[in-house]
Amino acid sequence: MTVTPRVGDPIISPALIAEHGITPDEFERLVAMLGRQPTFTELGIISALWSEHCSYKHSRPVLRTLPTKAPWVLQGPGENAGVISIGDGLAVAFKIESHNHPSAVEPYQGAATGVGGILRDVFTMGARPIAMLNSLRFGSLESPRVRYLVAGVVRGIGDYGNCVGIPTVAGDIMFDESYEGNPLVNAMCVGILREEELIRAKAEGVGNPIMAVGARTGRDGIHGASFASEDLSHESDAKRPRVQVGDPFTEKLLLEATLELIASGHVVAIQDMGAAGLVSSSAEMAERGDVGVVIDTLKVPVREQGMTPYEILLSESQERMLVVATRGREEQVREILAKWDLHAEVIGEVIAEPVYRVVEGDHVVAEFPGTRLVTDCPSYTPEARESDAIIALRARDVHGIPERPEERDPAWTLEQLLSSPTIASKQWMYRQYDSTVRTNTVLGPGAADAAVLRIRGTTKGLAVKTDCNGRYVYLEPRVGGRIAVAEAARNVACTGARPRAITNCLNFGNPKKPDVFWQFKEAVGGMGEACEALETPVTGGNVSLYNESPTGTVYPTPTIGMVGVLDNIAHATGMAFRAAGHTIVLLGDLTDELGASEYLSRIHDVVAGAPPKCDLVSERALIDTLLDAIQTGAVRSAHDCSEGGLAVALAECCIADQRAMFGATVNLSVWEALPERAALFGEAQARVIISTTDVSAIREIAAKHGVRATVIGATMPPEAGLEVIGTKRGFTAAIARLADAYHGAIERAMARMPDIAPPAPATGVPA
Amino acid sequence: MKVGIVRFPGSNCDEDAWFAVVEQLREDAIMLWHKDHDLQGADVVILPGGFSYGDYLRAGAIARFSPIMQQVAAHAAGGGIVIGICNGFQIACEAQLLPGALLRNDVGYRSMPVTIRVERSDLPLTSEAHVGQCLTMPIAHGEGRFTASEDELDRLEDAGQIVFRYVDAAGQPSAAANPNGSMRSIAGVCNANGNVVGLMPHPERAMDPLLGSADGRVLFESLLATVNA
Repeated sequence: MTVTPRVGDPIISPALIAEHGITPDEFERLVAMLGRQPTFTELGIISALWSEHCSYKHSRPVLRTLPTKAPWVLQGPGENAGVISIGDGLAVAFKIESHNHPSAVEPYQGAATGVGGILRDVFTMGARPIAMLNSLRFGSLESPRVRYLVAGVVRGIGDYGNCVGIPTVAGDIMFDESYEGNPLVNAMCVGILREEELIRAKAEGVGNPIMAVGARTGRDGIHGASFASEDLSHESDAKRPRVQVGDPFTEKLLLEATLELIASGHVVAIQDMGAAGLVSSSAEMAERGDVGVVIDTLKVPVREQGMTPYEILLSESQERMLVVATRGREEQVREILAKWDLHAEVIGEVIAEPVYRVVEGDHVVAEFPGTRLVTDCPSYTPEARESDAIIALRARDVHGIPERPEERDPAWTLEQLLSSPTIASKQWMYRQYDSTVRTNTVLGPGAADAAVLRIRGTTKGLAVKTDCNGRYVYLEPRVGGRIAVAEAARNVACTGARPRAITNCLNFGNPKKPDVFWQFKEAVGGMGEACEALETPVTGGNVSLYNESPTGTVYPTPTIGMVGVLDNIAHATGMAFRAAGHTIVLLGDLTDELGASEYLSRIHDVVAGAPPKCDLVSERALIDTLLDAIQTGAVRSAHDCSEGGLAVALAECCIADQRAMFGATVNLSVWEALPERAALFGEAQARVIISTTDVSAIREIAAKHGVRATVIGATMPPEAGLEVIGTKRGFTAAIARLADAYHGAIERAMARMPDIAPPAPATGVPA
Repeated sequence: MKVGIVRFPGSNCDEDAWFAVVEQLREDAIMLWHKDHDLQGADVVILPGGFSYGDYLRAGAIARFSPIMQQVAAHAAGGGIVIGICNGFQIACEAQLLPGALLRNDVGYRSMPVTIRVERSDLPLTSEAHVGQCLTMPIAHGEGRFTASEDELDRLEDAGQIVFRYVDAAGQPSAAANPNGSMRSIAGVCNANGNVVGLMPHPERAMDPLLGSADGRVLFESLLATVNA
């Protein structure tokens, strides 16, 4: 069939090609593929599908190095979401995705539609969503603009998830100036399904109808995918119309209708119309099934008259799905959708001819041979070279940084750290999220190192968490990538769950800059090593590049979304001390490491030094120790040491449960050779604080796995405060003050009040 | 006992109510579709939480026009038990089954555990509890600030239509223990006959100690005792 330009189409000029983000080389590639000049519609299609966001053209070769297989992995990367088996015929579908650029210009809708998109990715696999997580990075809360972004993003996440009725149970939030102009908003969804209900987005069966389901198509979000694939600039605000608008009520209806549709057996494949909307979903489904498709844009239900094929194909209107139905069942599909007051219209067909064709009635407006639209997209391996400036930062001797006078009392330092927004309680955020709907939340936000959900009809539970310390990755990407995985695994294991698999969201800067691409390669390499060592393969995820703004590049942030399984939900373990008189045991060791710490950043405004070492054998042994110990019932609480080190972790164990806080007395004098601040606030890896009533059981299990277990103290009534005999000095801090610093910091920052009360008189005690 | 749970488009606590009755109480529950006109012999009707019709206009304002609400109103008028939880409370207020109105919280959306005090124990929903009993359960709402005129509030107090109040750990109402700015710390009210009760907290989410609280059980057990009496 002959492809002809539409009347009124603009002339294909070099300027128009550039405007579409297509390089001259890529344009030549397109012309060679077609054997002719493209039409305007075809140019639009290519600009979307060959955008970084859709094509992964700079990241694919590196991503291929990641481990993706394990006996429990049912679906690895390449689908709407990854799927793992958890036994009993049940499976878990999960995925994380970024919505950074939309959130930077329109925080409320940007974040809300991020939640909506990831929800659809999970329920299109046939899974019922049971939990949402989000990983957020912002600039300093001192900035009014940042507070505006935080407030909008949190409200957007809350309003969408709350309305659909999926609990938001966990996540991680950090603040650093590198994210000032380009916040990161990564949303993760976890769903559950019976293994036999798993459905894939693979177009099959010549003659089967292709149906558009859900909301009508409007002019919103056109070119969203390309917008996500360029640096943010002062002009970005003008691209606000490229941000889509979410409707969680329609999403809720679409969720129920989709699960009913899949259960009915009338459909063979479903895919969310996400980035690059109809064109991307239809082209990818055709490619997976290796079939041809034809789409008639005149048949697509639209919101307004006069929309061109270009607009209909590229619209990112929300709450829409593309369905391949079984021929002859169109009416049944329509009936199910009508029950939920939604539309379903036949807009195309699976065809035998190997071609991707778009028609507007009788007129062919775009046609690509075979599945080459997807398979022939360019792939780049740009130059990678570490920045000299970062090499110098890493080499800096941070031990030589003199203490501030106030640090004579480590209790002052501890309060400063507890009130650092990165460490402080995220209660201000999670109180805006419904975390208990669906009645599965055993350990919700703030209660444990990861959220724990029960799995109805079984004795099992699921632990979920997101993690990534971008500062570590910035200073040493390979180590930072390793730690991101190891910390997520440790957090999941602290609840009693065996870490099983990850999804990842790789947030980096412009890959054409050699230092950025070096960070990307190294960080992914480190992640892969950790995934291998901890047996947590990658089941999918998302790459978000070009996270740059006029204020600079974001810290490289490969966010990890970890899923773990508890065989017995009764073992679910929280982070807070449970009673006075329990023994406190440190699993792992203290070191003199201080580089890349929150301590240096918060107290000395220094980002330098090497991040802590990450020994994967130790991490694995620690996880095995924790899981064995928790299964004996001897562990009453478990909490890992991360930002702020041992002192912050101890304080958190005391104050995490505001309805039942405790004190503690701790003695670190066996480590007297270590500098006090490294012992208290250094961020050495592979460490967990547990409280127990059976020390000998813990010792025995730890010895079996070769993990050092040291009794460091005991839990006390809250009146006793947190008393620490350090390696040199030590301190005593009142629980109420620590709790106020930790629980009140973000609320005060958002209300523009001082972070903490004025410093108390020094209470330092000589060791 | 047979509990009918109304499923509006946008309801999202309907399954939680179903699990509370079927899994925890081992009683019968049925889902009632909002477009139907038949309560299918339910002894108790629950209007569950959620965001009916997205609550874009005003919480509960559209759901009250759902076809099945005619039968729910008739059931209530005949003395049948109707319980509105969260969005269901909002719908019951909009449908004039309950007094007062639920406005936007003074602090925005709030999801957290709260403690409520039972103010009356002679109702179908509270017969197994005692006056002054404190119950801990989650709230999760953006529009739960109970509001009425001062005269109306005095009248409700005199008539004993205040069923639950938000209280602190000592069992006393206080501004700090009031999560949404509700007038007189009101968390739940009933109609004049006491057969229709609405409350903002979620007893159906507090049925199992594994999830942190089983304090909601006494309310469901009260319904069961009343129906079986």
